[in-house]
Amino acid sequence: MTNDTRVHRGEVVDRSTILGRKLLFVVPGMAWIVAFLALPCLALVAVAFASRGNLGDVEWTFTLENFWRLAGKDLFGWSPDNLMILGRSFWVAMVSTLLCVILSFPLAFFLASRGPKARAVWMTLLLIPFWTNLVIRTYAWLLVLAPELPIAKLLAWLGIIQPGFPAYPSEFAVWIGMVSAFLPFVALPLYTAVDKLDWSLVEASQDLYATPWRTFWTAIWPQTLPGISVGATLTLVPAMGMFVVPDMLGGARYMLVGNLIQQQFGTARDWPFGAMVSIALMALTLATLLMAGRKGKEARA
Amino acid sequence: MKRTGWFVDTFAIGVFALLYIPLLCVVIFSVNASKMGLTWGGFTLSWYAKLFQNDMILHAASNSLILALVSTVISTFLGTFLALGIQRLPWGKRSGAAIEGLLNLPVVTPDIIFAVALVIAFGALRSLTGFFELGLPTMIIGHVAFQVAFVTLVIRSRLQGIAMDLEEAAFDLYASYGRMLWTVILPLLRPGILAGAALAFTLSLDDFVISFFTAGPDSITLPLYIYAAVHRGVTPEIHALSTLVMVLTIVVVSLMQWLTSHSEKETA
Repeated sequence: MTNDTRVHRGEVVDRSTILGRKLLFVVPGMAWIVAFLALPCLALVAVAFASRGNLGDVEWTFTLENFWRLAGKDLFGWSPDNLMILGRSFWVAMVSTLLCVILSFPLAFFLASRGPKARAVWMTLLLIPFWTNLVIRTYAWLLVLAPELPIAKLLAWLGIIQPGFPAYPSEFAVWIGMVSAFLPFVALPLYTAVDKLDWSLVEASQDLYATPWRTFWTAIWPQTLPGISVGATLTLVPAMGMFVVPDMLGGARYMLVGNLIQQQFGTARDWPFGAMVSIALMALTLATLLMAGRKGKEARA
Repeated sequence: MKRTGWFVDTFAIGVFALLYIPLLCVVIFSVNASKMGLTWGGFTLSWYAKLFQNDMILHAASNSLILALVSTVISTFLGTFLALGIQRLPWGKRSGAAIEGLLNLPVVTPDIIFAVALVIAFGALRSLTGFFELGLPTMIIGHVAFQVAFVTLVIRSRLQGIAMDLEEAAFDLYASYGRMLWTVILPLLRPGILAGAALAFTLSLDDFVISFFTAGPDSITLPLYIYAAVHRGVTPEIHALSTLVMVLTIVVVSLMQWLTSHSEKETA
């Protein structure tokens, strides 16, 4: 056998053949991802530091203007509006994820305790909203929140909205839309974790007279962490950039960063500023994921 | 596992209600004869009949299906090759990490970022080449770009369940590389490929954001049509259309469920 030939998994091949196969198999898919995902993201970064021409075109003169504008500088001085939108998006994403985790626990235990047949049915019932188009699921809430129905009546009775008006656009509507949108994203991975739960630990904890609260935190919670971290990632990432839900249910009253980006690429036609906001969103998302990842590691250690 | 108590059960049913009450409202109003408000005017299927006379909606439906089908075929093809290449060929530490990183990109990035990045990229390509006018082709490109990663993920996990011995046995019997792939790996991989394709199809149907940004004036899809209609004011026709989209989703999801349970049984 020459230097260039070797046995790879039972096959005698030379290096150039392996290289050729690598190119043949991996290059088409990777080229697509590089050309239409990775490179456009780099272009996004470049555009963020360009300026807007008078006709809404991109002019290639380097500027930090978009960054300062995002930080709050405007014609009349400083305004916290843009930073508030970023902060609010972070807040909404975090709290929606938390609410989804809380609501998913009973769901996961309920599912895991069904018999095999009933479980398949409930699973499918959970998968259907998971895969139903978000536009449909969101506008459906417009019907439920109509003024004639109990939710709007209750809110009117509590004095939160005016009687005879629908419960949207409002902050409340955004919350309910976000939580119901992402609930299946947390519930499914959490169910997988609960299904694999080692119950002997729970029994041991109960034998040692731990309170139910303590049993949950010491014997159940750590075992479900992997499922929760998958679900939280699946929720946090799209929730940060969400624009359908606040657009339909929040209106101008409760704008999130997704709406700000959409404005820049739509009516405002200011791509450079839109690109800068997108980069800020990307940075915020990555920072949150890294932070959550570190917390997760600490908790497991 | 032990049965859960009444409290957990009620809570769980309540959470299901949160998911289903809005959807049921849509279905109920799609067969309601009264056009305005929430009063019940009797059962009717006339809104469904009207759907099929609306050219805009039929056009949007055909766009949605073309988009989903074409992008699914391309991404399944690319994803299958990618999975085979990553899983079965020797990769160095660095090149392997680079590939993994690129594949993870769609998972950790909000889709709106890809959407606007694509808008910029298509804009640049348009001014360079004169092609890439926003429309169905650009939407297909965008959909494939985020589908590929997910298809690859599904096919890879199936590929991990196929023992290497089979490949070695084929080579011992003097099969060529191509013959080994075609007669040994691909038949075993078929349930995985089908599951990956079903996933790609649902991802495409489920997408709104990428389509919203990369669509041209003539390439409206059903979700885009519904979105625009909601902003003009919802009509019972939209309820009927949404109900049909939900039915289609249920069919694809059930198919996907069946395929995964099928492939698990075969592996076991």
